[in-house]
Amino acid sequence: MPKKVAMTGNVAVANAMRQINPDVCAAYPITPSTEIVQQFSNFVADGIVDTVLVTVESEHSAMSACIGACAAGGRVMNATSANGLALMWEMLYIASGNRLPIILSCVNRALSAPINIHGDHSDSMGARDSGWIQLYAENAQEAYDNTIMAPRIGEHFDVRLPVMSCMDGFIISHSIENIELLDDKQVKDFIGPYKSNVPTLLDINNPVTMGALHLQDYYIESKRQQHEAMKKAKKVVIDVGKEYGKFSGRTYGLFEEYKLKDADIALVVLNSAAGTAKVVVDELRKQGIKAGLLKPRLFRPFPYLEVANALKNCTAVCVMDRADSFGGAGGPLFTEVRSALYDLPARPLMINKIYGLGGRDLGLEDVRKVYRELVKLAESGKAAKLYEYITVRD
Amino acid sequence: MAEILEIRWHGRGGQGTVTAAKVLAEAAMAEGKNVQAFPEYGPERMGAPLRAYNRVSVKPMTLHCQVTNPAVVAVVDPTLLDTVDVTDGTTPDAVFIINTSASPKELRAKMKLKKTQKVFSVDANGISIATIGRVMPNTPMLGAVVKATGVIKLETLLKDIKASFGKKFSEAIINNNLSAATKAYEEVKAE
Amino acid sequence: MSKPKGWKDLPTGGMILEAGNADKYNTGAWRSDRPIWIEENCIQCMFCWIFCPDTSVTVKDGKRSEFDYQHCKGCGICALECPSKVKAIVMLTEAEGAASDALEKARAIAGKMAADKAAEKAKAGKE
Repeated sequence: MPKKVAMTGNVAVANAMRQINPDVCAAYPITPSTEIVQQFSNFVADGIVDTVLVTVESEHSAMSACIGACAAGGRVMNATSANGLALMWEMLYIASGNRLPIILSCVNRALSAPINIHGDHSDSMGARDSGWIQLYAENAQEAYDNTIMAPRIGEHFDVRLPVMSCMDGFIISHSIENIELLDDKQVKDFIGPYKSNVPTLLDINNPVTMGALHLQDYYIESKRQQHEAMKKAKKVVIDVGKEYGKFSGRTYGLFEEYKLKDADIALVVLNSAAGTAKVVVDELRKQGIKAGLLKPRLFRPFPYLEVANALKNCTAVCVMDRADSFGGAGGPLFTEVRSALYDLPARPLMINKIYGLGGRDLGLEDVRKVYRELVKLAESGKAAKLYEYITVRD
Repeated sequence: MAEILEIRWHGRGGQGTVTAAKVLAEAAMAEGKNVQAFPEYGPERMGAPLRAYNRVSVKPMTLHCQVTNPAVVAVVDPTLLDTVDVTDGTTPDAVFIINTSASPKELRAKMKLKKTQKVFSVDANGISIATIGRVMPNTPMLGAVVKATGVIKLETLLKDIKASFGKKFSEAIINNNLSAATKAYEEVKAE
Repeated sequence: MSKPKGWKDLPTGGMILEAGNADKYNTGAWRSDRPIWIEENCIQCMFCWIFCPDTSVTVKDGKRSEFDYQHCKGCGICALECPSKVKAIVMLTEAEGAASDALEKARAIAGKMAADKAAEKAKAGKE
């Protein structure tokens, strides 16, 4: 029987890991993801899971150990944040290039400098081209659900790629909320035992070489293959999300559309801020304003065709980025969404807001202001500024 | 009660304020309500002023912004009244529950509260010394908050204290905490 | 060599599924000097087998056998380490080594080296 509990996002993810019972967890804890590994190490110490917990001396080593363990045929999980993810950088590409379905919980936190421990998306957005599948979560429930779905997505024969499951640092990781934990057996049945569908390093009957040199003769073929796997991941994410919904009651897709079907104006925003924005959408709907919201769940691969289709009838759209892409034509989410809409015969007007860096609060009034600007934009047809910071002091 | 009840806790590091917010959330959930509990994180050290928050709602909540306009303010350490503006952003009908031996009337004058706002006082330090044996104001404050706001039933709170303290503490300590909460529930004073 | 595979046929992640296929790589083509083994001088000490940084000294029935010229890169370590009074391994250039009189040439060099060494020793003894 599923159990209703009140727990933090971190504890929820640690419980998902407990239910998955991976073979290896190699980690070097960092705020705000620390509690995940701390809780999980309790499960290891108490003998509740069979996992080998490898305590390493850096995040680079943590990911290296995960790569080794996954290449050896294990189901492998790990958690990190911000600078920890940055230190893993080199190994992220090695994990995806070797097609190892490692699961990483990324508790989003701002990258230094200035040093900051709070939530923004500069860490995972920086890793968006590393060949990892990226899932984003609005709340503790989604973070828990995504963690359970992640192995099924990453390990799928058509995919075989690592998966990064993201949630907002502190705002979700350290907030207690109502969530529903599935029954241990439900998770076990859904996940199934892990058996790599390709030879592994510990398979002595089929000795293989991994990570061999690929020069001009083979490197691009390998990358083309990875490109294909990433493309195929989209369908797998949909299928796994549907299957998960059948027994949990919570079906997941590529993104969530909130009152978007008939919307004139819409926000596109990731993670916890989407929850706050929904409250404003409800307010506006009561006032007769056709406001909507699109909350991406799958950012890599980015479902550009589906996103374009969902936003095609809007007059004006604002994409909110909790990370800047310094010197770019907008934040990382904006450039994706705007590019997705390019091939539409008629496109919505678009603006981009960079908000909430380093955990700066995005209040209801901040969201109301953005929607008011969208109303004006829809009327006038002219954006005052394409790309600007909000929730910032002048 | 408003659709979403927002509570702000003021305390000092080491007084169990964050735990109080957590216990209240769990108890409210046990009554079938939707809850949030989150502390404000910064450099954490013993004695430093800190804030923690609760949201309690009958309907599911999606908002994840800060609590800026609380309807309930619980002050776990009386000395904070001199250093922190605990009335900041409070709603016109806000309820204050202060751990102090001063009377509600004295508090109203000191805090310059609006006429529409309510203030309760409870000697949570005194109660915790009498019941637990040392200054541990968080459990009595929970009892006082429950009485002043009616956000949950006292029985639910006591049940949750039992459950969440039961994993860590002896029966004697749990019983002392239960008496602390009950005593504060009975002794908290309005004007 | 077979035609390189396209991305659709390449094993996932560029994995090499055939164990030990480096054996097929003709690294001997990199050689500019060639070691020549003179069997009658060989004392079967196996030093060359131990010191070879590749695996280019082959062994048959427990005895030192011919060089594996497909993989020998001609580094000359075996010739240097050969402790036999009259050297059992002599380095020639690749062109000399490939010629039909290579063994004779090697024997001559080995003999001369031993004679030179003996003369030097005698000289050192007189002084």
